[in-house]
Amino acid sequence: MAARLMQGNEACVEGALAAGCRFFAGYPITPSSEIAELLSRRLPQVGGSFIQMEDEIASIAAVIGASVGGVKAMTATSGPGFSLMQENIGYAAMAEIPCVIVNVQRTGPSTGLPTKPAQGDVMQARWGTHGDHPIIVLSPSSVMETFLLTVRAFNLSEKYRSPVILLMDEVVGHMRERVELPPPESLEITNRVAAHVPPEWYFPFEDPSTDVPPLAPFGEGYRYHITGLFHDRAGFPTERVDEIDAWIARAFGRIEQHRQDIISWEEDFPAGSRVLVVAYGATARSARHAVKLARAKRYRVGFLKLETIWPFPEEITERLARQCRRVIVPEMNLGQLALEVERVVGRQKVRRVNLANGEMITPQQILAAIEEK
Amino acid sequence: MRRYEENRMYRYLRRHKKFPNVWCPGCGIGIVMGALIRAIDRLGWEKDDIAMVSGIGCSGRMPVYMDFNTMHTTHGRALAFATGLKMVKPKMHVIAIMGDGDALAIGGNHFIHAARRNIGITAIVINNSIYGMTGGQYSPTTPTGSLATTAPYGNIDQPFPICELAIAAGATFVARGTVYHAVELDRLIEKALVHEGFSVVEAVSYCHTTFGRINKLGTAVDMLRWQKENSVTREAAAKMTPEQLQGKIVRGIFHERELPEYTAAYAKIIEQAMAAQRKA
Amino acid sequence: MEMNDRYEIRLAGEGGQGLILAGLILAEAAAVYDGKNAVQTQSYGPEARGGASKAEVVISDGVIDYPKVIAADLLLCMSQEACSKYVYGMKKNGILIVDSVHVDRVPTSRAYMIPITKIAEEATGRRITANIVALGIIVGLTGVVSRKAIEAAVRARAPKGTEALNLKALEAGLAEAERIRAEAERGQSAPSRAS
Repeated sequence: MAARLMQGNEACVEGALAAGCRFFAGYPITPSSEIAELLSRRLPQVGGSFIQMEDEIASIAAVIGASVGGVKAMTATSGPGFSLMQENIGYAAMAEIPCVIVNVQRTGPSTGLPTKPAQGDVMQARWGTHGDHPIIVLSPSSVMETFLLTVRAFNLSEKYRSPVILLMDEVVGHMRERVELPPPESLEITNRVAAHVPPEWYFPFEDPSTDVPPLAPFGEGYRYHITGLFHDRAGFPTERVDEIDAWIARAFGRIEQHRQDIISWEEDFPAGSRVLVVAYGATARSARHAVKLARAKRYRVGFLKLETIWPFPEEITERLARQCRRVIVPEMNLGQLALEVERVVGRQKVRRVNLANGEMITPQQILAAIEEK
Repeated sequence: MRRYEENRMYRYLRRHKKFPNVWCPGCGIGIVMGALIRAIDRLGWEKDDIAMVSGIGCSGRMPVYMDFNTMHTTHGRALAFATGLKMVKPKMHVIAIMGDGDALAIGGNHFIHAARRNIGITAIVINNSIYGMTGGQYSPTTPTGSLATTAPYGNIDQPFPICELAIAAGATFVARGTVYHAVELDRLIEKALVHEGFSVVEAVSYCHTTFGRINKLGTAVDMLRWQKENSVTREAAAKMTPEQLQGKIVRGIFHERELPEYTAAYAKIIEQAMAAQRKA
Repeated sequence: MEMNDRYEIRLAGEGGQGLILAGLILAEAAAVYDGKNAVQTQSYGPEARGGASKAEVVISDGVIDYPKVIAADLLLCMSQEACSKYVYGMKKNGILIVDSVHVDRVPTSRAYMIPITKIAEEATGRRITANIVALGIIVGLTGVVSRKAIEAAVRARAPKGTEALNLKALEAGLAEAERIRAEAERGQSAPSRAS
């Protein structure tokens, strides 16, 4: 495909369509609105549907409803809307309904800085809904990556029957870059496994052959029950601890046991690196720039860009950090993913670089941290 | 046993799976469920083509007993979930079961917007004037002056008139029945189900366990009797003075009109957009 | 070293002046029509019209990591506020272009003070084309993208039916740059350059 100048939000739309998204429900909010605007035009062209709901609570609810109807579905929002969506994200986690939630982060809390970037929703993306629950969160750092990770978000969502959050930020969402999108036929697209047993044998929440049971769409002969209550294998409410424990083990297991498949990253780690910079999202751009500046000054610096941030990529972080004296974690927040890095590599080694005032962290700020000591 | 098996009710219930139900003995919700089943049975709809979506509360538990495609969602959000499902499965019969607090307090915004869109969903609001499951707190339909566990000095809120609200918001079929008049209720539900567009049936029920007890209204039977004695048909009401109508429940169809149904209108957009795309 | 060939452009002014569109066109000219790498970012307030607005474009033959301007090689100021705020965020020999219709206080002698909005009005009858006139001036003075590329990008991104109008604005900007260059070559102090 020809080179194009494309905005991050637009790349998200292209990725969603390429992945097979055919339903979008959303509510206007800066800096994510371009995603809704573009999909309102594009979805009906491919036989899909778009609806602007009355708020973000309704948007995520409609997305889950559409997914239960067998259609790949997505919503997009920013901080305040993401807060409103939390309860139903928990519903999707509990009922194991695939869906993609895009959060183009802006500076918070509250209304914050509507048109300025932040990475303040990292912990909310993991723990925003009440109760322990499995979740997958991806975070792109470029327009191209936004395209690829949107496709991946849908694939993981379908494969693991899980809500997947694409955690963008205002910089990446509004940034325009030169991209050459891969041809659609070169993309690997995953679809949810169809129910393959007769309806009377079908259990939507248990399949002896896999920890991700097939999900039958409503209206096609498999009449079953979906609920946000703890439920048995048929979907009916239960308070039996053996059934609850079984759900917890399987629901978390299906993510934990497939960490290798779910977690992706990019490393640039020359042998002998003494300092490691760990970054994600737009900040990864500043970090890579800083790493190049530092190497020009003969500092031995390695770079780890995380694409999956939840589940946290502990294995790779640990493996690279072990070889370094110091680990620098720049984030446009007051230290969120740094907590995970600290958990894995120990607090003493970690140097945080934080900014939460709506400005991007500059390469110079990260370089200064590399040059310390 | 034969009679048991032949009873048409049981064709629609997940009887081996989910009984007894969670409702208090004497609860009116079961009567609404029966009315709904009779209406569906008369229409002869396939169970596979029916989706039932509910929110949270006593009414929210109804779908679990019904042998349809059923979804018990979050508090207040049944219509929003149902909207997404209806958009991608426009041929399915989508029924939303809600309570008064569910539909009109936490879900009030979704209620008026589903009505405004005229999306082809049948909303059944089971109005028992109280939050029953959580123990009798006042709801948006608790009458002014009534007692509730959160209105120990009497409720000073005005109750929502559900049918008027639905009409003003744009619903194209609006009716009210009571659980005492069960046969009439299933006829109203039947009409609502076949209506093309957003249809609302307010099913006036009661909660003897909380509202009745706190307000000293007696047993379930007493509350049913009250419905019998204090409700009138729309036709009868037309001949009564405002004074005579004071405190009376008016039953019947209040509003019925034809407007394009939302998913049908959207299907046209898809058709246009796809045609333009083919040309381009 | 990739970073050294970054050319950083900052277009600053008010919402409604079309600066984000101008940035987009410049980036597209570089990325699509000249085959370079380009990144365009933006920053604006909540106001649809009148608030501060800024577009930044980084152009490079190599990979562009940090997507924003570190120190501008070229700064365009279409409002006094933008000029006062950003004039110190420039490279030592960066180029400063200000629209003298909107800016009268420039804290440096090394600025091109050009009545961009007036030129737009004269060329097209539409003040709103000042952003495209500015693009013509920028390209004419710096050659950061080719003339062919900027024309193609303007044609592609101008609202339908206004292509000719916008190309006329671009032409006026390029001509103004030509005039400034010619005068500079003659060794005269350009009249549009504050001394």
